[in-house]
Amino acid sequence: MKHTISILVENRAGVLARVAGLFARRAYNIDSLAVGVTDDKQVSRITIVVDGNEYMLEQILKQLNKLIDVIKVKTVGEQELLSRELVLFKVCCTPAQRAELISIAKIAEAKISDISVTTMTLEISDYEAKISAFEELLRPYGIKEIVRTGTIAIQRGSAALTL
Amino acid sequence: MTVAAAMVKCLETEGIRHVFGYPGAAICPFYDALLESDIEHILVRHEANGGHSASGYARMTGRPAVCIATSGPGATNLITAIATAYMDSIPLIAITGQVNSDQIGRDVFQEADITGSAEPFVKHSFLVKNPEEICKVFKQAFFIAGTGRPGPVLIDIPMDVQKQECDFSYPESIEIRSYKPRSEGNKLQIKRVCEAIAKSKKPLICAGGGIFTANAKDELRCFAELCDIPVINTMMGLSSMDMSHRLYFGMLGMHGVKSANYAVANCDLFILLGARVGDRAVTAIQQLSGIEVIHIDIDPAEIGKNLSATTPLVGDLKIILNQIIETANELKHTEWVNELAEVRDAAGALISEEKPGTVNPKFFIHRLNEHLPDSSVIVADVGQNQIWTANNIFLRGGRFMTAGGMGTMGYSIPAAIGVKKASPESQVIAVCGDGSFQMQMMELATAVQHKIAVKIIVMVNNYLGMVREVQENAYNNRLIGVSLDGSPQFDMIARAYGIKAETVNSLAYADEAIKRLIESDEPYLLQVIVDEKEKTIL
Repeated sequence: MKHTISILVENRAGVLARVAGLFARRAYNIDSLAVGVTDDKQVSRITIVVDGNEYMLEQILKQLNKLIDVIKVKTVGEQELLSRELVLFKVCCTPAQRAELISIAKIAEAKISDISVTTMTLEISDYEAKISAFEELLRPYGIKEIVRTGTIAIQRGSAALTL
Repeated sequence: MTVAAAMVKCLETEGIRHVFGYPGAAICPFYDALLESDIEHILVRHEANGGHSASGYARMTGRPAVCIATSGPGATNLITAIATAYMDSIPLIAITGQVNSDQIGRDVFQEADITGSAEPFVKHSFLVKNPEEICKVFKQAFFIAGTGRPGPVLIDIPMDVQKQECDFSYPESIEIRSYKPRSEGNKLQIKRVCEAIAKSKKPLICAGGGIFTANAKDELRCFAELCDIPVINTMMGLSSMDMSHRLYFGMLGMHGVKSANYAVANCDLFILLGARVGDRAVTAIQQLSGIEVIHIDIDPAEIGKNLSATTPLVGDLKIILNQIIETANELKHTEWVNELAEVRDAAGALISEEKPGTVNPKFFIHRLNEHLPDSSVIVADVGQNQIWTANNIFLRGGRFMTAGGMGTMGYSIPAAIGVKKASPESQVIAVCGDGSFQMQMMELATAVQHKIAVKIIVMVNNYLGMVREVQENAYNNRLIGVSLDGSPQFDMIARAYGIKAETVNSLAYADEAIKRLIESDEPYLLQVIVDEKEKTIL
């Protein structure tokens, strides 16, 4: 089962390596990892999606808390989470197919970021299920390249993960 | 002052009086500053042994101890020692020199990414780039290493940084927002623990290495006596309870004794104190499914990791045991204790077949017990010799220690050197095999140079005995790579270092040899010839 873990860490050299190293040596599967600085320049936020059972999740949270650079760790259920990922799709597109792809993009609320004689690059920022559905709609045209950012997530409502 | 001088002053401020190390180019500025200090530097003969010596020293003092190495191969040689300390939760400060900061990442001479490579085995590490933060780094390092669940901390410091100027200002106190170890036990959980104990008919305490870390031997005894609860040990917890105590029933696990494993199989409440349920102990603990488990440890990550706990309790063992002693009522479990006593006292007399020219190692340890002064420290190495020692040593007040978690061969002699340095009035004896002896024998020079009177018992059977047992039991007797043919005469090796040595090849001779070993106030070595067919698991 997939779990999204949000981690506040000290913004120092090597911290990401330590967190990633922990996951590697304890054999936890990282589905995706995204990191960026928070409104406090000394603090970065890492969002990791892992695949594992309840026991594994409990161990991951406890082991993360042992790292000196990790300030706070939080995980909430999928229901309480607002998850987003930004994905770029480079799709094969002849001039004749442009109109179809434009209408697919409109329905999916995706942007058209680039265009060439033989391709169109689409940009979508949404939750996982919407992105998968969008990907399936693009597949028949031939997807040349996909680039993902990894999932970021924020809790719904007024609760906030701060220090 | 220079950063190097500041480093020395930081160590002095932390009360460090001895360091174990091996110099090299990248750590020379620090060594130069060390000359001005009263801190005694003990030169080892291999960096790993500097780490093991600091480990033994730290286990005796209960405070972080320091080992030093240079960059590149010096630092990487420390990794085994750091990993060994990590697995056994020993507070260690490892200081390594590093190449000049503008050369880092360019594969220059003796460059190694030690902070990266030691990462899985440290509580934390620092690569010092800013000379002004040296005092803060040392303060944090000692704090992290010595608090909560202790462990190694690495300080890597480039040569050019060591030479730079800085202000010395050692912080009085330090706060790390992401590290706040818990000491007191949750009051509600304490209540639950006492209730569970009151309800049970056959409670059992399993005490691990955490008893030593928390300095809670007295509290353990008080708790056991108050509630009349039998006590067993993990290997790391051995000697946390006086072995002659009526409530003591031995070591559990794969290589444990019958009474301990019987107790585990028949208890109805398992109270685990300061132990992490390593897989060697788990073979016994697997029988616990369905039994109520109380797990008390300072590290919340250990609770539930290998064994589910019905009642978890996080905090400092000394504080928590005192809380329990205050809350719990006096209890009696006479029937249960007698049941276990029967199993313990029925442990049969050992078969006394002995191949001529050899000594039964179990009997040898029994003879050793007769002559050991009360506050002796026994440092066991790894392998069959470790098991024979752990199963047969009888300590009333002394201490048993070994590299339990990582099982690092070559630990005993350098660790014993560290122990003796920290506790010169104690009788300190390292017990090892002929395999492990050859991994650490260069440290005989360290003992001689620094006049450290460690006693060494080498059990010689010409084999890597434990691996041989594995190959016999699990690989159909297909032996490979376990013969130690070509080994030297170890008594001659000792004499080559100027150390007195004897060979014991009959039990009749053991007592006198042991007496001479113990009475000597110089290093002394006994080579005990053991039958290669002698096993640990019959």
